[in-house]
Amino acid sequence: MKSKIGIIIGREFNERVRKKSFILTTLLTPLLIVGLMVAPMLIMSYSEGEEKRIVVIDDSGIIAPYLQSNDEVRFEPMSITVEDARKVFKEHFAVLHIGKDVVNNPAEVRMYTNESASIMLEENIATIIEKAIESERLKAHNIENLPQILASIKADVALQSFKNESSSGTEEIKSSSSAVATVIAYVLSFMLYMFLIIYGAMVMQSVIEEKNNRVLEVLVSSVRPFEMMLGKILGVALVAVLQIVIWIALIACVGFFVIPLLIPEDISSMLEMMRQGAAIEAGADIGLLQAIMTLTDVQYLGTIFASLLLFVVGGFLLYAALFAAVGSAVDNVQDAQQLQLPITMPIILSLLIMITVINDPTSKVAFWCSMIPFTSPIVMMARIPYEIPMWEIITSLVLLYATFIGAVWLASKIYRVGILIHGKKPTFKELYRWIRYKY
Amino acid sequence: MDILKIENVSKAFANHIALDDVSLSIPKGSIYGLLGPNGAGKTTLLRIINRITAPDKGTVLFDGRPITPDDVYSIGYMPEERGLYKKMKVGEQALFFARLKGLSRREATDRLKAWFERLEISDWWNKEVGELSKGMAQKMQFIVTVLHEPKLLIFDEPFSGFDPINANLLKSEILRLRDKGATIIFSTHNMSSVEEICDHITLINKSRNILSGAVDEIRYKHGSNIFEVDYRGNEETMQNAIGNLCEIMESKSSPVGINKIKIHIESDDKVRDVIAAANNSVELRSFREVIPSMNDIFIRAVNNNL
Repeated sequence: MKSKIGIIIGREFNERVRKKSFILTTLLTPLLIVGLMVAPMLIMSYSEGEEKRIVVIDDSGIIAPYLQSNDEVRFEPMSITVEDARKVFKEHFAVLHIGKDVVNNPAEVRMYTNESASIMLEENIATIIEKAIESERLKAHNIENLPQILASIKADVALQSFKNESSSGTEEIKSSSSAVATVIAYVLSFMLYMFLIIYGAMVMQSVIEEKNNRVLEVLVSSVRPFEMMLGKILGVALVAVLQIVIWIALIACVGFFVIPLLIPEDISSMLEMMRQGAAIEAGADIGLLQAIMTLTDVQYLGTIFASLLLFVVGGFLLYAALFAAVGSAVDNVQDAQQLQLPITMPIILSLLIMITVINDPTSKVAFWCSMIPFTSPIVMMARIPYEIPMWEIITSLVLLYATFIGAVWLASKIYRVGILIHGKKPTFKELYRWIRYKY
Repeated sequence: MDILKIENVSKAFANHIALDDVSLSIPKGSIYGLLGPNGAGKTTLLRIINRITAPDKGTVLFDGRPITPDDVYSIGYMPEERGLYKKMKVGEQALFFARLKGLSRREATDRLKAWFERLEISDWWNKEVGELSKGMAQKMQFIVTVLHEPKLLIFDEPFSGFDPINANLLKSEILRLRDKGATIIFSTHNMSSVEEICDHITLINKSRNILSGAVDEIRYKHGSNIFEVDYRGNEETMQNAIGNLCEIMESKSSPVGINKIKIHIESDDKVRDVIAAANNSVELRSFREVIPSMNDIFIRAVNNNL
């Protein structure tokens, strides 16, 4: 019997790609992500909260000058008793009382608020007062030229980190931004999580649907169940690949045409210097420079996108096979819930592990979880932006794809029994028996 | 020549036996009824013929040799429940199934266009299947089943969901396919359709083949020497004339003047005597043997088998 898998893949792919929902999500998701990143910034810059007025009663007479009003807070020094102030200034945000001997006894600071205070505000005020007390204490030592001394000892360290690249003969060093790596790691592993869950469930639902409307019964007389299942999984995988390729293309367009326009002249000349390994003049924002460097590093991004595709496809294939098996065993989505628990658990678990991995991408947990096939797609995606050795990526991929083959074999055994059985929801024990069925 | 021969096929599932040593042979060019109550094992047998499942024991011969995977291209199977993608367009979907049965895209398109014109449904081509009524979807399923011109066609309850006009259309299409050389298997429990078009049947009950053969033969074999006589004349005279030759089961008079009597004649050689005696005393209008309907035979066979 000639293989029909191509026809099956073609149908699965065409039906999905031509749907309006696919076109919409593919184009809107990047906008949504950009929107989610930009919106908080916009909200912060446009919606300045109402100015908070705070009555300051400074019994020490020292602290009040340090409390500078700004857009958010206006400090209003007064010389009345705390009790009176609390009674009179009900409309103000708070009454701040500073004790007489605050320099020696910093605990003598109290704030009476009329509304609930934010931690940020409390910390800001506490920091100002701490600084004030510290400089008052310094003054008490009567050091000559104190302001000049303070100014001359001030230092601002901008750590520029480099990574050893001993692979190529010449000892090359490369600047990398761990801030950018963290953001990319988060975005990528979340993306993988979404793909596994959404596309996996898509496969499951479509198997259940085919089973319910008895299409399977017609199909199964001309296609081997194994080909049917694999064709569906590969068809949906192609859809996922197409979606990611479109996104990468969009990102690349933005990266090559839009970002260079946004970078000011002086920064781009400094970038050029950094690329050539020259020393950066003092005062430059090295963090920003490194971030831009990383984001415009074609090789770095290329590795990330290539691994993204390979891990999305591998992870999807592995999980989709299992989702397909569950779909074939049940009659409706409700019944699937219990059976799909063992499948969704590792996905959720890897998302939790991912958070610790981002803090320490080279830890033992990070390493092993990025090797174990069930957690490796998400965990590995969180590690790759930190530029881990290539052999780790390759080993992980080999393990992932090998497990996929095993999973497909196992799933197809359940599938070919499940698709013809209607009615009762099977137990795990029955699924095990199906695997051992001889057909 | 038998197109399909099933020899001692058994199939057991985890909790029950679906087929127990079933044998049957389906002559080429026949319309073969596969009968049996629900759960008797019909669907399992059809699945074995379609190579969806394999039997535990026994062999299936197709065209005189053991069936091979490629034989599915010579078989068309229409399951009882219509299996179509609801969200796919009619034409595209028909093409998809046709290509799975080994037709090239071009060949499938040509044949589909011809069939769609025949059944006057050309304007459905771009409709979604979900928009079709049940009967319409069935027509489409029928086309998909027969499109690759299989030698063996299997229909599971083909007439359910059809209005009488479309059922007739379908029937005549099936007969036309038979005349063109196809062999047809019906799986059904609609007995009137069996009597009308099947020439052979097999009755499966409780996983076993309990009755097999040509329809006419089976019906005559199950005739129990019961006759119905219409006559004009006196009821009592008639009863006296034949009463000692046979057993009178039922006697009815009618206001129109034609009376009916139902009798049981013990042995065939007495039939002529009964007719002669009746002819002497009343004016005979008709004399015929009551042949049991397939429905009666079905019920009797199933009950005896319990």
